[in-house]
Amino acid sequence: MLKELFTKTTKKKKYATIPSETAKQDVPEGIMTKCPSCKKIMYTKELVKNLKVCFHCGFHHQMNSKERIDSFVDLGSFEELNNGMISGNPLDFPDYEDKLEKDRLKTNLNEAVVTGTGSIDGLNVVVAIMDASFRMGSMGSVVGEKITLAIEKADELKVPFIIFTASGGARMQEGVLSLMQMAKTSAALKRFSDHGGLIISIMTHPTTGGVSASFASLGDYNFAEPGALIGFAGRRIIEQTIREELPEDFQTSEFLLKHGQLDAVVSRSDLRETIASILEIHQPGGINRWQEI
Amino acid sequence: MAGDLEFEKPVVELRKKISELRDYTQNTDMDLSAEIEKLEARLEKLENEIYENIKPWDRVQIARHPERPTSLDYISKLFTDFFECHGDRVFGDDEAIVGGIAKYHGLPVTVIGHQRGKDTKENIRRNFGMPHPEGYRKALRLMKQAEKFRRPIICFIDTKGAYPGKAAEERGQSEAIARNLFEMAGLKVPVVCIVIGEGGSGGALALGVGNHIHMLENSTYSVISPEGAASILWRDASQAKKAAETMRITAPDLKELGVVDEIIPEARGGAHRDLEKQVQAIDQTLLASLKSLSGYSEEEIIDHRYKKYKLIGQYSSLNEYIGVN
Ligand SMILES: [Zn+2]
Repeated sequence: MLKELFTKTTKKKKYATIPSETAKQDVPEGIMTKCPSCKKIMYTKELVKNLKVCFHCGFHHQMNSKERIDSFVDLGSFEELNNGMISGNPLDFPDYEDKLEKDRLKTNLNEAVVTGTGSIDGLNVVVAIMDASFRMGSMGSVVGEKITLAIEKADELKVPFIIFTASGGARMQEGVLSLMQMAKTSAALKRFSDHGGLIISIMTHPTTGGVSASFASLGDYNFAEPGALIGFAGRRIIEQTIREELPEDFQTSEFLLKHGQLDAVVSRSDLRETIASILEIHQPGGINRWQEI
Repeated sequence: MAGDLEFEKPVVELRKKISELRDYTQNTDMDLSAEIEKLEARLEKLENEIYENIKPWDRVQIARHPERPTSLDYISKLFTDFFECHGDRVFGDDEAIVGGIAKYHGLPVTVIGHQRGKDTKENIRRNFGMPHPEGYRKALRLMKQAEKFRRPIICFIDTKGAYPGKAAEERGQSEAIARNLFEMAGLKVPVVCIVIGEGGSGGALALGVGNHIHMLENSTYSVISPEGAASILWRDASQAKKAAETMRITAPDLKELGVVDEIIPEARGGAHRDLEKQVQAIDQTLLASLKSLSGYSEEEIIDHRYKKYKLIGQYSSLNEYIGVN
């Protein structure tokens, strides 16, 4: 019901919002997009068709949860779970509720993660997709709880759990409750894993702080999109602490691969196929079939 | 032919002579067919003499042959849908070991192997197939994953040894090898190991605690390289040939010592002479191995492995002489 309320409001307000800073720049927002990497300008529609990967330099533009679902899950198979859940203001943080409200209107989402059931190449999964356009994808009680419920759903259905991470980390406005979501989600993954559940984590730009230090890193398979920023502490804090300049590629997907943290860096165009093939290999029952060969 | 080894030179020279004679007859009226026939008979005899009488040191040379097929050569031919997994999730991704998931005759498996390079550039990247601790930790991570998802594990062994370096010691080379022996002993899924080249000491064994250990005919497996043994035993690395004979490092030796289950035959002169045939030979042994291990329960498969290693070793007891048990 709440969702309906918000959706309605959103629809009304969606086109009435004042153009943002970026929109006022040299490129007309919406129709054209300027690649932040190679600075070339291209049609947004074409870019979206190309999974938001730059035609010229291969830069992976951020995807929102809707775009991700459309491009990753089998057409029409996605059914959302718990989408009406919204955050409270446990610490009575000033302006927090306003900020949430603003982001709900801006993004047409109720929180920074969308979860649901669906299929990839016909194989059933539960999928959770974080959306950095809502509060920078930060994790508060709702994000933690929705992800935990999604893991429990995967456990109940005995299907793999796939998560796309995109997050600035813990949500400061929810204080220690936010911190504890790291433990809650990790505990759910541990239980699911002990039941033999398959966990696939796909880290997208940016995956940092408490999210990288919990479920994002706990996949049986950890993947990342090219060029994503992934790390625990912020670059500036590290530089200040160690009084050293960090290498250019520090905390990128490629840096993590080199340092043993990822199974592979997978470009968006290969992602669906790669995940489908891994799901296929993990179809249960193989161990009992050797005699049949 | 490029890459001919010292011991097979007489064969190579005779073969060359025959082909020269053939070329010659094509441009002349002289009939040399009787002569050629005689030489061919001699060649066959010589081949039999040399290849059926391969000395341990010759096998060492074959096992080290730069063109000898590597883990990835066999992986790409034996399996489908191979997906390589990188990293130990701790420190790095050691390219001296490759591993991942794949399908073998349509069923899921985890496959891991030491990986040498084919040229200097690749060899530098892969550290000549000599792993650091992170290589062994990656391998263990993939084995635990195989156990979780209940698929058999296949290991290809092909290394001169674990890398003897400063960084390797700092990060716990010993611990990494020891941990693999410990954890592999407890794996609840079948583990089949195949020595495809050199089996160099602990660095090889760290992928080698299996239910079955097979060896390609010309591969070697030893506690130390022949050069190393010679330098320790006789303070003279040039005695490597003698050490190779003394140390009993060939597949037939190890079969006799009860370490190895099956010897997988190679093409004449070595696996590099006929990759397709080698793949077929491995396939036959590997499939039979996995089939025979597939009926075991989790407990039984661990017990089977335990008993295999329990049986290795030779000793007697003084108690027999003094009449006590
Ligand atoms: Zn670009």
